[in-house]
Amino acid sequence: MTEKDTELRISKIRDGTVIDHVPAGEALHVLAILGIDGSGGEGVSLGMNVPSETMGHKDIVKVEGREMSQAELDVLSLIAPDATVNIVRDYAVAEKTEIEPPEQVAGLLSCPNRHCITNAGEPVETRFDVLDEGVRCAYCETIVREEITDHLAV
Amino acid sequence: MRHDHLLTAKQLSRADIETVLERAREFAGDPAAHAERHPGALLALCFFEPSTRTKMSFETAAKRLGGDVIDMGAVEDSSVKKGESLADTARVVEGYADGIVLRHPSQGAARMASEFVDVPLVNAGDGAGHHPSQTLLDLYTIDENAGLDDLTIGIMGDLKYGRTVHSLAHALTNFDVRQHFVSPESLRLPRSVRYDLHEAGANVREHEDLDAVLPELDVLYVTRIQRERFPDEEEYEAVAGEYRIDAETLERARDDLAVMHPLPRIDEIDPEIDESPNATYFDQAHNGVPVRMALLDLLLEAGGDAA
Repeated sequence: MTEKDTELRISKIRDGTVIDHVPAGEALHVLAILGIDGSGGEGVSLGMNVPSETMGHKDIVKVEGREMSQAELDVLSLIAPDATVNIVRDYAVAEKTEIEPPEQVAGLLSCPNRHCITNAGEPVETRFDVLDEGVRCAYCETIVREEITDHLAV
Repeated sequence: MRHDHLLTAKQLSRADIETVLERAREFAGDPAAHAERHPGALLALCFFEPSTRTKMSFETAAKRLGGDVIDMGAVEDSSVKKGESLADTARVVEGYADGIVLRHPSQGAARMASEFVDVPLVNAGDGAGHHPSQTLLDLYTIDENAGLDDLTIGIMGDLKYGRTVHSLAHALTNFDVRQHFVSPESLRLPRSVRYDLHEAGANVREHEDLDAVLPELDVLYVTRIQRERFPDEEEYEAVAGEYRIDAETLERARDDLAVMHPLPRIDEIDPEIDESPNATYFDQAHNGVPVRMALLDLLLEAGGDAA
């Protein structure tokens, strides 16, 4: 099956955002990071574990009626560094976006260090600096490299 | 030094450290002769965990500079007991004092509190995180005994949870130092500290056996291995026993080895060596006063104190 076939298996969208080349099994985390849980009324299509020529298997996320900002998309680099993003207008790709790691992510992850001040009921949002490999709590400095999605606070 | 707060040793440059140590040397000559430096300045002591040396030396330092302290007292007697957040406590205390010294059991507590206040805040220990003012007095003591460049230091004990170790290791990357870390496998330096040392290009080795490096050392910095880090008493005794210093240990070391310890010690240094010329830990503790005088003096200056 070609990538084209895969695209067709998930309905085309008229206007919105298509996030492709997401690592297989991470699509729900992508939605969580983007804060999409269906309550906003957007149409959402998911393809999970679909065959991919370049990745073996991959996930695809299509969000109808919403164009993601670069800042929103950059946090995806934590779990889907090779994702490609197409902004679609009137069924055609209007913009192709490369995602880049942000310097810092705020409020997205919870710190796995139970002795961190961000886990002590204080009125602060978590902040993590993004390293070449993994992320680092800006408060207790704990480095998280493995299973970052286990620590999603969203 | 132009910092608003002292949160970790990582923020200290070599020039910052040298400025503090130089001023500390000025104060050390006659600590009682500097009461004109900051008359009326008030330092708030917020210790959410017990402390003897750190708290008393900050209090002494503030008073020697002509200032005074206000003390939150024990957590049991404060609003914290009623569930007040650290952020609120910090904001309230900021209105009372010209500077805050904070010790707290949570890592990152000082950084968070500093985001809520405009007066200088000193991290006097945040859980297993950092203790940078201790580091300044450790550096002062090392400088007095062995000098800070072309130095070979062994840092031994609980490297994982030892905040004085984390801060000292960071600060030493500013100097020409070979750092040897000696600990059981389970108490190695945490990943975050190893990452920073690597990023700083530090000259670092890790060992489980002190004898592998003892003869090379100019300084041996010993820390306490705490019982509660081990699942049972037997395991603790077995491990702790391997990292004790006594007269027999010193026989295998250089004659001029300086043995340091941030104190309190339990039994990791045998009192039989207390009177030996190698024992520097009580001088080290006494150095807390001139060094903290220098630190407060510089922070209060930077904070715009008119005195």
